[in-house]
Amino acid sequence: MPEVMTKTMARNVFYGGSLFFIAIFLVLSFNSVGYIRNHSTSAETLTDSVVAGKRVWEENACVNCHTILGEGAYFAPELGNVMRRWGVQDDPEGAYEMLKGWMEAQPTGIEGRRQMPQFDLDDEEIRNLADFLLWTGTIKTQSWPPNDAG
Amino acid sequence: MKYQSQRVAYWYFLAAMAVFSVQVLGGLWAGWIYIDPNFYAEAAPFNIVRMLHTNALIVWLLLGFFGAAYFLVPEEAERELQSPMLAYVQLLILLLGTAGAVISYLFDLFPGHWLLGKEGREFLEQPLWVKLGIVVAALIFLYNITLTSLKGRKTAITNVLLLGLWGLVLLFLFAFYNPGNLSLDKMFWWYVVHLWVEATWELVMASILAFLMLKLTGVDREIVEKWLYVIVATALFSGILGTGHHYYWIGTPGYWQWIGSIFSSLEVVPFFAMMSFAFVMVWKGRRDHPNKAALLWSLGAATIAFFGAGVWGFLHTLHGVNYYTHGTQITAAHGHLAFYGAYVSVNLAIITYAMPILRGRDPYNQVLNMGSFWLMTGGMAFMTFVLTFAGTVQTHLQRVMGEAFMDTQDAVNLFYVMRWGAGLVVVTGALVFIWAQLVPGREVIARGTGQEA
Repeated sequence: MPEVMTKTMARNVFYGGSLFFIAIFLVLSFNSVGYIRNHSTSAETLTDSVVAGKRVWEENACVNCHTILGEGAYFAPELGNVMRRWGVQDDPEGAYEMLKGWMEAQPTGIEGRRQMPQFDLDDEEIRNLADFLLWTGTIKTQSWPPNDAG
Repeated sequence: MKYQSQRVAYWYFLAAMAVFSVQVLGGLWAGWIYIDPNFYAEAAPFNIVRMLHTNALIVWLLLGFFGAAYFLVPEEAERELQSPMLAYVQLLILLLGTAGAVISYLFDLFPGHWLLGKEGREFLEQPLWVKLGIVVAALIFLYNITLTSLKGRKTAITNVLLLGLWGLVLLFLFAFYNPGNLSLDKMFWWYVVHLWVEATWELVMASILAFLMLKLTGVDREIVEKWLYVIVATALFSGILGTGHHYYWIGTPGYWQWIGSIFSSLEVVPFFAMMSFAFVMVWKGRRDHPNKAALLWSLGAATIAFFGAGVWGFLHTLHGVNYYTHGTQITAAHGHLAFYGAYVSVNLAIITYAMPILRGRDPYNQVLNMGSFWLMTGGMAFMTFVLTFAGTVQTHLQRVMGEAFMDTQDAVNLFYVMRWGAGLVVVTGALVFIWAQLVPGREVIARGTGQEA
């Protein structure tokens, strides 16, 4: 780049431009936080049980096999819409029963099948986890995933 | 070695290579579980093995960056490090934290404990005490490197490197913010993850590459540094708003689909610029540097980063495409080649360049080293191709046809077998590389006569 631009000019463009884009990013982030709080998620349904369920989700490193809203490992199914796939998105008691049955059946030990560990969750933790997955199913995600397969 | 305190880098590079070996062996293990799912399924389930694989990657890349900074900042600033002792303390803290994290993961110690238990968000699984240790280590590092630089000669290379490292550390603070609202959690989680690998780390990479070009090709500093500013400008102009490509489907506003698509498409530009920069410098350069292996790694890093981060990133970044490919093996394909090309290779380049200097000898084992480049690069390329095929089939079956996840996985099993073979080649290459660094042998490359470039 002979003579098109001096080093000082390049440096000033870098600093000035970066500050400009950081400023735009911060404004949009601020706006997005408001959108999440007021439009795409519901604060009323974000109960203590949902938050406790999120902690169960984290402490057992679920995201290192599953994806949730498409993010995580790709070893096991998407869980952002699992309750819809199971047909219990509108039935909290049914969701709890389904999840309890599922968790207690693991690991299946079937030869050649991917294995999910036994996490030894108690009933309260399972209820929390079910509530968390139900709540996640209510997030307005620009209609992702494309279908129930997740 | 011009400055005695550069010696610190030697220990960082040794530690980095040790954790590198853990990372690739963890990857080999995780890849094997895909083929043989019952393999030690209860002693070491997939999620634990994957945590070791990803966490080890991040730790060793950071150790490499720290080592690179301790190596090149004294040389650029033309003075000794502020405090070599603090640099060793920092290394000990990092290694202690790494060991602590590994042991907590493997033996599931203190589950659920607020301070000692693993925290379990992807890539930020480290127990809180380890995260705090990382912050302490990072502060020591910034103090050490910033004072060294401020008291010495200031160059564009140290400017950009320091900016990248300061940004990296400040953004890590978002790892301590974990709201109960999953959408908010994800939004700020990307402040760490995206703004590391697609913004601040690019600054670190570009400055290391600029340093290597300066040393290896002998091109005038003015030219190298002008390129550097242009590259990092395009990196941040595209990368900051490019964060939007992670904000398509997590509960964030729809305008991110346009902003994310446009700006993340432009993220190809800095990688193309880095590749052009590396080749133009080598063509222009008159120096016939004896360390051919470092030159190969430098050119290789810039080229593979362009394909892995640039081309494979663009492949699935447009929101209309990403709607179908999000969270499939396409992402895994991109992730592997991008990390290998951009950050693994640039680390191996600076290690290859610095190790002979740190050990006070001429470049050694260059043929072995270059062999390891082709093993790792060939293996990684093949892995990326087969995962891309797997992801394409998965996208069609699962996202278009709506077939169940496990059925689609059975359909792409052959690709996982080939991926494991590719992984074995990569691991072999990594071990050959480490051998080539640690066990100096007779040099088989004759010293060039110069001026041939």
